[in-house]
Amino acid sequence: MSPNIIAYAIVFIASMAFFSWSCYRRFRLVTLGVSENRFNKIGKRIWNMLLYAFGQRRVVSRPFGVNHFVLFWCFLILMLANTEFLFNGLFPDYISLSRLPIGANYVLSFIFDIISLLALLAVCVAITRRLAFPPSYIEARSRDAFIILGMVGTLMIAFFGLQGSEIAQGTQEAARYMPVSSFVSSIFMSNASSQALDWLSTFFWWIHAITLLAFLNYLPYSKHMHIMTSIPNCFFKSLEKVTTQPREEFKKGNAFGVGQVDQFTWKGLFDSYSCTECGRCSDVCPATSTGKLLNPRLVMHDIKTNLLKNGPLITNNKKRKSLPLIGDDHEGSIAEEVIWSCTTCSACMEVCPVFIEHVPRIVDLRRHLVEMKAKFPEELLAFFENMEQRSNPWGIAPGDRAKWASEIDAKPFEAGETEYLFYVGCAGAFDARSRRVSVAIATILNAAGVSWGILGKDELCCGDSLRRLGNEFVFENMAKENVKMFTEKGIKKIITECPHCYSTLKNDYRQYGIELEVIHHAELINNLFKDGKLKLNGVIDLSNVAFHDSCYLGRYNMIYEAPRQVITSATGQAPTEMEHHHDNSFCCGAGGGRMWMEESTGKRINVARTEEALKLNSDTICVCCPYCMTMFEDGLKDKDADDRVQVLDLAEIVAKAIK
Amino acid sequence: MLVITCIKQVPDTTQVKVDPVTGTLIREGVPFIMNPFDAHALEESLRLKDKYRLRVAVISMGPPNTEITLKKALAVGADEAVLLSDRVFGGADTLATSQVLAEAIKKLAQKEEVAMVICGKQTIDGDTAQVGPGIATRLGYSQLTLVDHIENVDLQAKKLKVRRKLEHRHEIVEAPLPAMISVVREINHPRYPTVPMRLMAADATVTLWDNKVMTLDEETIGLKGSATQVRKIFSPERAKGEIIGDGAKDPNEAAQLLINKLLEKNLI
Ligand SMILES: Cc1cc2nc3c(=O)[nH]c(=O)nc-3n(C[C@H](O)[C@H](O)[C@H](O)COP(=O)(O)OP(=O)(O)OC[C@H]3O[C@@H](n4cnc5c(N)ncnc54)[C@H](O)[C@@H]3O)c2cc1C
Ligand code: SF4
Ligand code: SF4
Repeated sequence: MSPNIIAYAIVFIASMAFFSWSCYRRFRLVTLGVSENRFNKIGKRIWNMLLYAFGQRRVVSRPFGVNHFVLFWCFLILMLANTEFLFNGLFPDYISLSRLPIGANYVLSFIFDIISLLALLAVCVAITRRLAFPPSYIEARSRDAFIILGMVGTLMIAFFGLQGSEIAQGTQEAARYMPVSSFVSSIFMSNASSQALDWLSTFFWWIHAITLLAFLNYLPYSKHMHIMTSIPNCFFKSLEKVTTQPREEFKKGNAFGVGQVDQFTWKGLFDSYSCTECGRCSDVCPATSTGKLLNPRLVMHDIKTNLLKNGPLITNNKKRKSLPLIGDDHEGSIAEEVIWSCTTCSACMEVCPVFIEHVPRIVDLRRHLVEMKAKFPEELLAFFENMEQRSNPWGIAPGDRAKWASEIDAKPFEAGETEYLFYVGCAGAFDARSRRVSVAIATILNAAGVSWGILGKDELCCGDSLRRLGNEFVFENMAKENVKMFTEKGIKKIITECPHCYSTLKNDYRQYGIELEVIHHAELINNLFKDGKLKLNGVIDLSNVAFHDSCYLGRYNMIYEAPRQVITSATGQAPTEMEHHHDNSFCCGAGGGRMWMEESTGKRINVARTEEALKLNSDTICVCCPYCMTMFEDGLKDKDADDRVQVLDLAEIVAKAIK
Repeated sequence: MLVITCIKQVPDTTQVKVDPVTGTLIREGVPFIMNPFDAHALEESLRLKDKYRLRVAVISMGPPNTEITLKKALAVGADEAVLLSDRVFGGADTLATSQVLAEAIKKLAQKEEVAMVICGKQTIDGDTAQVGPGIATRLGYSQLTLVDHIENVDLQAKKLKVRRKLEHRHEIVEAPLPAMISVVREINHPRYPTVPMRLMAADATVTLWDNKVMTLDEETIGLKGSATQVRKIFSPERAKGEIIGDGAKDPNEAAQLLINKLLEKNLI
């Protein structure tokens, strides 16, 4: 069947022109972002793209992801068929499957026929799922989703209609190799007159062409823009796990953080174009699920909307921005409360199928608020000042740092003599509960004959919360002081009590030119057991220990098994797992500086997590982090369960077991 | 018009220890901070600046390293900083301190009319609360101490209305300008410096006025101009009290110890 070439040429050229113009308008805006190199190590990037975009590695980790996988691949294969279709309409004599060697035509026709059926089925599954078992996030039933599914469905039906009528007309050479189309033809078209068949094939041809071109033109304006952006986004994905934020250059005249959309890097903007609106991030976000204003998917969406609105104004050099990026009550795209609600738990980044980097974006916004506007929840003022003046969150006199060690034999770190620095951390040094954990760790180190020392009153805070809260300026000063001290004292190997110190010293300080061998006590204890340096004095009687994965140990640094193995060794039983565990763990609510802030909206995150732990009927919750310790103990008090359930640090369990 | 804030740099007193032998303060290694009350005085000045478009000058008498504290004032928005530093200013008591500060204020007033001088209620090291009133007396300014709210400033009519926080009551007072007010902590929450302002302040110059500039009679300043002299500083002996156990380790144990002790003394 050949359409009226003139009519089609007009439609085709108009559509393609409009599509190109749309793409140009949208993608030009990405170039407004700050430069950033995402073109290094091309080989690794291509591999990531193959694995995560074409292999859909993360997409298929959820059951319905398989359906997406099918649709994605159908789409790719049919792209060939559709390209042929679009150009065949213009140059029927030159571009056509039938011009291929006969075998190739048959093979391709067979593949397209089967794949089209598969695509149609996948569309039906998707529609049924959205109607009958919608996922928890509401957008599953968005108009956008149904329009797109409807278009893909229509396209497939038009394909079979067209092929069917051509088969009935006897003009389809490959008819024998097109079982589905032949079936359609035999059922619906076998009795049609040749006139009716003519009409039918013209009708389906135009439906196919118009749907295809409409689909193409709809893409840049819908969430399905991700069809164009998610594959490159997997190519541009961070090559390392995103555990830190980039440094800032503190020079006069610079702006700090992001207060206006073009201050994001281009990749930050591209991320917002790549969101598939799958809702997985909001599904796992502890803030979203406890009723906070923050929803990581919406943060991406709001960045995109802001870019689309302000981008053209910025390009035209108009200073006036019609919509502020940050602002409450719909006066800006992202409310301040949203920005402060994030615990930087990284659950969102762990699940995002297209590797969108939410946490660095949120920290960018915090940086702007803290560093450019000095605007933050008021309880942070004392925290910031205490950090700057006394290098600890509570503002306790630094001279008291070594008090925890008053009753044990803790020696100062001596370069050349001591192997490990035990970096106790602020909680381990000042918080009454965590000081007992510090003692437990010291006991274990002594029992295993590890050579260790402390910095005592010279120890400074690592600055973790400052950095996550966007106070990069003060963090930078603290980091530099620490790096200077570590270098001067010849410190290379560090044991930490707190996962936040661990991640900061290990990952963040690398940006300051120091490679430290940092080990968290969970890993160290596990090694000591493995090497036979730590001997148990019979296993202790702790039945049913529930283990909580800290975000900065688990998701940030992929330490999942060491603490579990230690629990198994010490108690003779593997720990029980909560509903959320390992990389799907649920934050205690204290990360990202949330430890120092009020939590007044929605349910308290620590209570939600404590409830999950209580479901296991354990008598002990095991943690590896001083923040988690506080959050669970508070949660248990809130649930009136502190008399029947105890929270112990891993080190305390082990210290009991070696006594 | 000018609002002048008097700022003293003080040792972070939570970290100060008294040398048991000499009875003097051990200042080595103790970080210096802006006297906390003065941070509130500065914040109030900055709010007046925002509201009435005044200029804010900060002045301090102290050793050369006081520059750091004055730069912090510039970082939150003070327009000008003057450091009064000279060996001959040293050893001053409140009489001599307020003499130098008052003369400096006079000097500033020659160039620009002064609407107000704002001081902290007191310092956390000297604790006398005398310097503000001393300045007001010497300059003949209205003297409004313990202010926890500025109700109104009328620059045209040269009038000021403030609320003073007294024991168990508030007092609303109106007074003519220029005035010296000293503020309590409740008056406001000090602001936090932005990074661009910190960077600006780091490079800003603090004007140094020594006695070559001030040309004050050496008999009226420093140690010589002081009516009082420190003979000895010491921590008073603990007359009573006893430390029982080392209960801080375990709250339950601590509580039990306390109960036993109270029972033993027939107090409960
Ligand atoms: C009896 C006595 C003897 C002393 N002898 C000596 C001595 O020999 N050597 C010595 O170094 N010190 C000495 N001092 C300390 C010194 O006099 C005081 O620190 C100083 O006069 C300020 O008094 P204050 O700290 O009590 O301030 P307050 O009167 O409590 O301060 C009130 C406000 O005045 C302003 N203010 C106070 N001091 C300054 C300042 N220096 N610059 C700018 N603004 C200021 C601030 O706004 C402050 O909030 C002595 C103090 C006393 C009471
Ligand atoms: S890091 Fe955690 S709290 Fe923050 S947006 Fe992501 S999932 Fe939510
Ligand atoms: S940000 Fe990622 S996880 Fe969240 S909705 Fe978009 S694509 Fe899905």
